[in-house]
Amino acid sequence: MLPQDGIVRPEDVASVLPPEERLAQGPVAIAECFQNIPCDPCYHNCKQGAIQEFKEINDRPQIIFDKCNGCGTCMSRCPGLAIFVVDATFSDSEAIVKIPYEFLPIPDVNETVTAINRAGQAVGEARVVRVQNTKVQDRTVIVWLAVPKELMLEVRHFKVRGVQ
Amino acid sequence: MKYTEVAIVGGGPAGLTAAMSAAKLGAEVILIDRNDYLGGQLIKQTHRFFGSKQQRASERGIDIARELSDQVMNIPNIQVMTEATVLGYYEDGVLLVEQNKKIITIHPKRIVISTGGAEKTLLFPNNDLPGVYGAGAVQTLVNVYGVKPGKKVLMVGAGNIGVIVSYQLLQAGIEVVAIIEAAPKIGAYWVHAAKVVRAGVPILTRHTIVKAHGEREVNGATVVRLDENWQPITGTQKKLDVDVICLSVGLTPLSELLWQAGCKMVYVPELGGNVPLRNEHLETSVPGIYVAGDVAGIEEASAAMMEGSLAGLEAAASLGYTSETLQENLRDVLEQLKGLRSGSVGEKIRKGMEQVSLG
Repeated sequence: MLPQDGIVRPEDVASVLPPEERLAQGPVAIAECFQNIPCDPCYHNCKQGAIQEFKEINDRPQIIFDKCNGCGTCMSRCPGLAIFVVDATFSDSEAIVKIPYEFLPIPDVNETVTAINRAGQAVGEARVVRVQNTKVQDRTVIVWLAVPKELMLEVRHFKVRGVQ
Repeated sequence: MKYTEVAIVGGGPAGLTAAMSAAKLGAEVILIDRNDYLGGQLIKQTHRFFGSKQQRASERGIDIARELSDQVMNIPNIQVMTEATVLGYYEDGVLLVEQNKKIITIHPKRIVISTGGAEKTLLFPNNDLPGVYGAGAVQTLVNVYGVKPGKKVLMVGAGNIGVIVSYQLLQAGIEVVAIIEAAPKIGAYWVHAAKVVRAGVPILTRHTIVKAHGEREVNGATVVRLDENWQPITGTQKKLDVDVICLSVGLTPLSELLWQAGCKMVYVPELGGNVPLRNEHLETSVPGIYVAGDVAGIEEASAAMMEGSLAGLEAAASLGYTSETLQENLRDVLEQLKGLRSGSVGEKIRKGMEQVSLG
């Protein structure tokens, strides 16, 4: 369980997933934040008003999926790097997973990387589609990975080839 | 003898905000720090902070350190003394300070003690071998001096510091073989834990270190699983191939000056050890001596900054300084502190705080 080993489980994720219909409509954020901690930058930084107002600073983010356009602004503000954006409409076979990334080297577009799941295990290959690294993101890079569609709810990290 | 209105001992997050808020009310301030820089532990905290917008959540400690120090340096009624160590407090209210091998005496009207905390250590065979470090030291080596402490690290302790330092080691290209934690649960925020786990670091709760291996330096560590009574389970010993053992087993308030000043102290495990009793103005049992930050109870940097603001405002206000917004500012800081300590993760701190009130 998460409090024992730090591994986010499918049953944890199930409670924060957008409905199937919303996933099928395009990019949407998923906040994998499962603990009530005093933290609220995601709410303050969402320009779409897609994160429900916090009554109390310990509230967990509740994403209003219909208002979320998957822009990812919240991702680079989350101190826990716990928000991801998934776009199931990328192609027939592939989905995009946007990953907040704070390691070096930063991969290049079109580079193939090893896709990693929440337990730190390699689950396949992914292709870097885009790298967002603007000043506003303040050194939290967002890497867009194209992954086989069936892995879009599993891949949450990646390793650059040849780097341990 | 130097005279000043407010002397602040320690230029970390609490001391910096204390200096700023006292000076902004009009008080003349001397800020003393033994390092050659201001910012305390903030200068190695490359990660984003939690908290709310007012407490600069989502900003990185290193940036907050730079900004706060710049501000403090530019306020004319703050005199900053770096590489200056407060050696003692005398009963006539004089602070004895060593700077550049010279002894300086300072007589302030008010003192804010914000000396922070010191890392605790752990008892196990060979814990004196080179390669056994405190997490703070490792963080200084990696994030301040750019030096790798070794190639393969065992992190002992899964609190926020242990997990964050592990993350920073990974960022520096160093392997973290495992994070072990004697408690049955991870103490760090789970999002931090999830972040290092997906980057490939196993977190083993209910595990402790049995011994460090090596003759002249660490070349391994034996860990063991603990049962529900925190007793080692026979047959679960495992030897790990590591060259660094990093201890992150908690902090304890650096309270020497408070003891010396005769402040009433109380042992509060929830706050990390012996802490001073204080009233709602953060004034100790010795009139004119205020506390803020980890020396008042081990918490996060955001709480330290809020306490610093409060102590600074109160110290200056007690000298007669005021402003149109003083009451509002005080209320605001108290409100924010309350917010930070609310919720289930703040339970331990709230329990600790209940035991330190001077009434």
